[in-house]
Amino acid sequence: MNTVRVKLPTHLRGLAHVDGEVELSVDGPVTQRAVLDALEQRFPMLRGTIRDTTTGKRRAFVRFFACETDLSNDSPDDPLPQQVTAGTEPFLVVGAMAGG
Amino acid sequence: MSGVRVLVGTRKGAFVLTADGGRRDWQVDGPHFGGWEVYHVAGSPADPDRLYASQSTSWFGQLIQRSDDGGRTWQQVDHDFTYEGGAGEHLWYDGTPRPWEFTRIWHLEPSLTDPDTVYAGAQDAALYRSGDGGKSWQELTGLRNHASGPRWQPGAGGLCLHTIILDPNDPNRMYVAISAAGAFRSDDAGVSWRPINRGLRSEGIPDPDAEVGHCVHRIALHPSRPDVLYMQKHWDVMRSDDAGDSWREISGNLPSDFGFPIAVHPHEPDTVFVVPIHSDSEHYPPQGKLRVYRSRSGGDEWQPLTQGLPQSHCYVNVLRDAMAVDTLDDAGIYFGTTGGQVYVSPDSGDTWAPIARDLPAVLSVEVQTLP
Repeated sequence: MNTVRVKLPTHLRGLAHVDGEVELSVDGPVTQRAVLDALEQRFPMLRGTIRDTTTGKRRAFVRFFACETDLSNDSPDDPLPQQVTAGTEPFLVVGAMAGG
Repeated sequence: MSGVRVLVGTRKGAFVLTADGGRRDWQVDGPHFGGWEVYHVAGSPADPDRLYASQSTSWFGQLIQRSDDGGRTWQQVDHDFTYEGGAGEHLWYDGTPRPWEFTRIWHLEPSLTDPDTVYAGAQDAALYRSGDGGKSWQELTGLRNHASGPRWQPGAGGLCLHTIILDPNDPNRMYVAISAAGAFRSDDAGVSWRPINRGLRSEGIPDPDAEVGHCVHRIALHPSRPDVLYMQKHWDVMRSDDAGDSWREISGNLPSDFGFPIAVHPHEPDTVFVVPIHSDSEHYPPQGKLRVYRSRSGGDEWQPLTQGLPQSHCYVNVLRDAMAVDTLDDAGIYFGTTGGQVYVSPDSGDTWAPIARDLPAVLSVEVQTLP
């Protein structure tokens, strides 16, 4: 079991009624999919806001960063960086800057 | 003393405006869901404390909120709007097939009798129903699966189902309007649908008698005479006396017959309100004068209503869902603008005053008449 830190954008923190980072327990390999599954299990109101409920694909204006790297287009089943797995760096869910 | 509650959806949140029956002194509460687009907020006719709100952004998608206390507190309900049986295809702007893709809910229409039943109109066009207060949604597939569905094309704002009307005298009869497919009627509670666009004429459609393809902006009816429908089309103001089976133009002396909202007086079935807009490329009032036009003859003859409205340098728009009427004895008329103003007339349109001047762009206005 790993404890992963997740940083949400303002709108999603509001929906989830949390301030600051979220800490999630992730069983098994720490991947995008595993982290998002754990996030949605703990905060069901976030279902569909980060990835499509039907296809599971990342929404177009949402990005995933960690360790100063854009992981948005990585496979959802790729292992996340070791620092994220170890909880020393957060997994960032970012609302893309768009719309002026 | 009775009062009113005005539900305002804007580009950056929802606002709840309340006043007593005099409608002179207003309390403004909000924003709720700040930073989110709220396309529509609607109250249940069966329980005025039950509200539903459509909340969305391009970033994080569609949510539905529900209030059980008149908008003081809200709880998120289900927002899983699935196209039953697969997406299928409609026509894109260029005439090529394109899969149905969900973007947002434009309009929520609570049941006239059951607070837990509510309908939702989607972009891309589909009609959903919840019978459990928004905890789950089911598509009424007969509409999207109509034989004309693969020929529906979006208007400039998208292929949106923006109008839902429930016939107060016949629980099986419903109307919807879709830009730019047209108007549809169901006589079996939404199971099957037929286009009701005969008599509409639309530039850009090669066939003048086209079954679908008309950019209907809004339809309204009076509950005492539900077979009479009034329509603001992209161009043309129209009327049907036979529940949509045929339409005739009633634009008459309007300075422009382009516009978005249309509303019927709560006590006078022949009194109709529109807001003429200069054109479809200039989405602002003619001559920079914000004028509501009122017909007291069921159309054709229109009178400008200007007192209290800006009559110079006004270049706002009034969107299709942004006009409403209350049911107090002295009828109140309300509308909101893309400039963030919400206006009220407490005397059937004779005089107007702003309730709020500086809200975000107003997408929708509904009003509840409270006991």
